Amino acid sequence: MDVSQYLSVFLDEAKEHLQSLNDNIMVLEQDPENEDCINEIFRSAHSMKGMAGTMGYTRMQNLTHDMEDVFSDVRAGKIKIQSADIDVLLQCLDAIQEYVDNITENQDEGTDEHQNIIKSLADIRNGGANGGEAAAPAADAKPKADAPAADAAAPGADGTTDYRAIKLDPSVKSTLEEAKAQGKKLYGITVHIQESCILKAARGFLVFKGLEEIGEIAVSDPNTQDIEDEKFEYSFSLVLITDESKEKVEEIVKSVSEVEGCECGEFDPSGAKSSEEKEEAPAANTPAPAANTPAPAANTPAPAAAKGGNAGKKPVGKPVVNRTVRVDIDKLDVLMNLVSELIIAKNSLISAANTSGVSNSNVNEQIEYLESVTTNLHESVMKVRMVPIESVLQKFPRMIRDLNKTLGKKMELTMTGEDTEMDRTVVDEIGDPLMHLIRNSADHGIESAELRAQRGKPEVGQIFLHAFQDGNSVVIEVGDDGNGIDAEAVKNKAIEKGVVSPEQAALLTEKQCVELLFHPGFSTAKQVSEISGRGVGLDVVKSKVESLSGEVTVKTKLGEGSTWIIRLPLTLAIIQALMVIIGEEKYAIPLDSIQSIEDVSPSDLKFVENKEVINLRGSVLPLIRLNQVLDTESTKDPNEDMVVVIARKGDQLAGLVIDELMGQQEIVIKPLGKYTNKCKLISGATILGDGEIALILDTNSIF
Amino acid sequence: MNELRDTSEVGELIQFIVIKIDDEQYGINIKYIDNIVRMQQITRVPKVDPYLKGVINIRGEIVPVMSVRMKMGLDEDVITGKSRIIILKTSEGDLVGIIVDQVNQVLTLDVNNIEKMRYDDKKGSDNAKFVGGVGHYEGGLVSILDLDAVVSEKESKEKASNAS
Repeated sequence: MDVSQYLSVFLDEAKEHLQSLNDNIMVLEQDPENEDCINEIFRSAHSMKGMAGTMGYTRMQNLTHDMEDVFSDVRAGKIKIQSADIDVLLQCLDAIQEYVDNITENQDEGTDEHQNIIKSLADIRNGGANGGEAAAPAADAKPKADAPAADAAAPGADGTTDYRAIKLDPSVKSTLEEAKAQGKKLYGITVHIQESCILKAARGFLVFKGLEEIGEIAVSDPNTQDIEDEKFEYSFSLVLITDESKEKVEEIVKSVSEVEGCECGEFDPSGAKSSEEKEEAPAANTPAPAANTPAPAANTPAPAAAKGGNAGKKPVGKPVVNRTVRVDIDKLDVLMNLVSELIIAKNSLISAANTSGVSNSNVNEQIEYLESVTTNLHESVMKVRMVPIESVLQKFPRMIRDLNKTLGKKMELTMTGEDTEMDRTVVDEIGDPLMHLIRNSADHGIESAELRAQRGKPEVGQIFLHAFQDGNSVVIEVGDDGNGIDAEAVKNKAIEKGVVSPEQAALLTEKQCVELLFHPGFSTAKQVSEISGRGVGLDVVKSKVESLSGEVTVKTKLGEGSTWIIRLPLTLAIIQALMVIIGEEKYAIPLDSIQSIEDVSPSDLKFVENKEVINLRGSVLPLIRLNQVLDTESTKDPNEDMVVVIARKGDQLAGLVIDELMGQQEIVIKPLGKYTNKCKLISGATILGDGEIALILDTNSIF
Repeated sequence: MNELRDTSEVGELIQFIVIKIDDEQYGINIKYIDNIVRMQQITRVPKVDPYLKGVINIRGEIVPVMSVRMKMGLDEDVITGKSRIIILKTSEGDLVGIIVDQVNQVLTLDVNNIEKMRYDDKKGSDNAKFVGGVGHYEGGLVSILDLDAVVSEKESKEKASNAS
């Protein structure tokens, strides 16, 4: 079977399950008795097993299977998770991650069987198995039968139904037994209907109709009337008396559209009891059926790829059911481009209406309406592209846990604002820089336990990550209560590395020294450790953040800790900008980077080290004449007051001298084509209402 | 524009737009042409190579415009009413505009009537390196522009003719 078309779905879901496993195992470490967690882990492992089996990745299937076994024992209360077991489980996750990575790269899971992990998993189970249990093989057989049983119980417990839980009236029971005696086959069927299905009753009816053609429906749960009245969740069960094979029955059920899947197994009327605990139902069966019956019923790993994918999505007690659609990011890009075009068209319309002198109040009203619609549309599309930053942050607790062990330090990570949303493209890119900063805090920031004790700090080092939205940007702060940055050490290191000359260094402020950390090829780690200092320094963090039109700054206090602050724009495509005229040309300056606009008289100009500066409310700012930077002639009389845009880059300010202000406008950023993108001062271009092009100034590179 | 057709031999027919730069006629294979637009305001981009005149707006897309004259080492463009910007589509799918003095005609040439320039011939004068071949037609000769060489970012790039 060609499964390649399902590969991306498989990978997506495998990653989700891995993440959920990771999270839950971490919770389990703190709270080994947490039942929700154990159930969640079991379900994830189970789904992954099914998915891997469907896709033909047998090694991955084996490993997840063993993991599932462990948790089925845990669920059954046979064993308890010890803290040592957590390590094995995390190793197991790493191994699965390895498989997934291999598959991502070359669609092959690789050849590593991870026998040692499988062995360790078996050890966990044996260790917990009580005296009554025999040696490994026997122990293996029993939980296997148990696992499906436990799994089968779950849907029933969640308000959905299961054919094994159908309660039989004595009359029905006798009918069934009679039919069985006649040599007819009895099948229990549980049908799952897609949650998106609108006409559940109709689908149910079609299933009934289809099945009645080949046999007789003895009983259903809920009853026929309730199904017709849609008085059921997304699944229902029934018992069918027929001569046909099980495959035929399954085929009929699945041929009805919007049926997500069905569980079908032989039904033993004597096994089903009206009031007994559901868990006992399969166990009550004779050993032979117990091995057979639940196997197909337990889940549906093999039959079809689509089903394999869906298996994980069964409404098995998922706490919140998200009504979501997976959309290719490319399609969203197209949509965003169209919105951009619309905004340009709107701008054109406004400028056309102004120039042609159509100042009818009705026209203005309609234009204003159009403007509000396009702005809302832009915001909605932007929101669709936004995902919570959570997906990136999820892996950090695990990382800190591992770092605790490798570094021998005690650290704790607190995160807030995981639900802060950002553009998908930004979220995808920001993971590595954040990881680097956290590792940096763990490695260089937090002191050893002894030193912390000396300094009177709590034994456990705190690393924090706060994400929040601030106006049109998102701020992520990563910090620690560790050592802080020693500006002198940085300075000496910089001199040693030849980043600055000793003379230059002498002039640097403490702040500027710290900024040296962002210089390429700078690493203050005294020795190269596994955690950081692999040649990927803070300069990479900086360049990555800047490539996303963001900025990174650092606040530090020696002995008390440091905080790295990353500020990123909410969206990359459409921004608010201040339109200015320099010489004869129009330029746009992103509003985010503007602090204020001032009128400065030429007499207020001062010179420091031969450079023009102004004194603005007590702080001295360098003055940059944009016409000189951009090689154009200023049209203003040098004796007139200058219009100065105070731009901000991190904590630094500078005054940009322009000729004239045009006003604020919503602009669509267009890339400058090849050839012209070499100019660092220009980050892009935009098309104005009249079709003219204005270049967008990148204030960060002007400083 | 009148269309001339050489029908003496049968071969693959290729259409060329014949343009004038300085005093010479050049042919551009029509399949590389996206559009021909009148001269319009070009937005200057600071700090780029001097032959890049700036960017223009073509149907909402920002397209760089370069001066072939300056690349060829000729005098600065003199913009007249006949000046046009020819929007070319490069092999990577990017659009790039070139300024030409005049667009003359559409010419259909038989492949057999195009002489490839040999490598040695390309060494000559400055603008010879932009010529990929010479086409014969009833009205005379036309140099076929090697567009890869014209739009390349390097000042000189010797590449097999792309225009024929």
